[in-house]
Amino acid sequence: MARITASVYTSHVPAIGAAIDMKKTGEDYWKPVFKGYEFSKEWLKAEKPDVIFLVFNDHATAFSLDLIPTFAIGTAAEYTPADEGWGPRPVPKVIGHPRLAGHIAQSVIQDDFDLTIVNKMDVDHGLTVPLSLMCGEPQAWPCPVIPFAVNVVQYPVPSGRRCYMLGQAIGKAIRSYDEDLTVQIWGTGGMSHQLQGPRAGLINREWDNAFLDQLIADPDALSKKPHIDYVREAGSEGIELVMWLIARGAMSDVAGGAKPKVAHRFYHVPASNTAVGHLILENA
Amino acid sequence: MPLDKPYKDVPGTTIFDADMSRQGYHLNQFCMSLMKAENRARFKADERAYLDEWPMSEEQKQAVLDRDLNRCISLGGNIYFLAKIGATDGKSFQQMAGSMTGMTEEEYRNMMINGGRSAEGNRYIGEKK
Repeated sequence: MARITASVYTSHVPAIGAAIDMKKTGEDYWKPVFKGYEFSKEWLKAEKPDVIFLVFNDHATAFSLDLIPTFAIGTAAEYTPADEGWGPRPVPKVIGHPRLAGHIAQSVIQDDFDLTIVNKMDVDHGLTVPLSLMCGEPQAWPCPVIPFAVNVVQYPVPSGRRCYMLGQAIGKAIRSYDEDLTVQIWGTGGMSHQLQGPRAGLINREWDNAFLDQLIADPDALSKKPHIDYVREAGSEGIELVMWLIARGAMSDVAGGAKPKVAHRFYHVPASNTAVGHLILENA
Repeated sequence: MPLDKPYKDVPGTTIFDADMSRQGYHLNQFCMSLMKAENRARFKADERAYLDEWPMSEEQKQAVLDRDLNRCISLGGNIYFLAKIGATDGKSFQQMAGSMTGMTEEEYRNMMINGGRSAEGNRYIGEKK
């Protein structure tokens, strides 16, 4: 049977992708950001999974206002990096895992989560920046990826509670898959940031670190945090952090297993407008 | 029963909800059209003519021509869509975000390097700083 070996959490700031693509990672501004991922790149090489289930959000790229799915699972064979207006990032195309994705879709929908199924989708920085941070600049990504897009652009976005419960259903679905695959689930976005209006530039280091503490120790309580707390404390775009609860909900301890091990934790301000947070949790 | 909108009292912040999305539909879809290189070229060649192809309000068109992102947002624009205008102009996300704060580009960049804008005094409209 398939099993979830670990979860990875990281911000997906577009400027990080631009810094990599434009060979600026050695500049003083960017050095501390990439230093925080040196461990993670080695870790991923050692712990390479068969599939990554990657929770992210589309930033008005694949989904315009014509169609706004709250939860969308990618079941395609492959996905092309999108042109977001600056030209597509020079990164490998993303290979999917249609069979596992289809299995998860069926299981999760039968568990009362009404997913949108996507067979054609370009993927933006929300998906490719986490891959770049964790994998560097390979010719091909190390394994197939199942993209899972969450609407965090138009309010109301799904609640933290709903995301956490969805994560549990995804975990159950993966554990019931009939092939011996190792799967990592990644939650991306955040941490505190606001990109709009006179309050743009908001950062809340204390709140972010308390979020990380609680995500590790008591995700059930964290999942009850209302949207308004994210907006007020972590900025209007800080709401992306609800996506981390999907990955956390899929971990073994939530289904009655042992507590995960914290393999790595990192926090840095700023990357462009945003606080960068990163965590790796390993299932026992 | 009125909808629950607890985010109305957050200063300097417009939450892009269903009401804003309805008002900004054509403005945001215009922005979306700039994802295509040929449309970016046509827009740059004659901004006014390109905007006139869209059923946007005159206020929305003027806000785009003025690159007044706060005004665009108040008229239903969403920052992730408006970012396509910035990309067309060759602006970074940091330049765009900074342009809404009343700070110079350098002031904004320095604020971010020094840890960003504090939440203290910025949680509620009318709160004492």
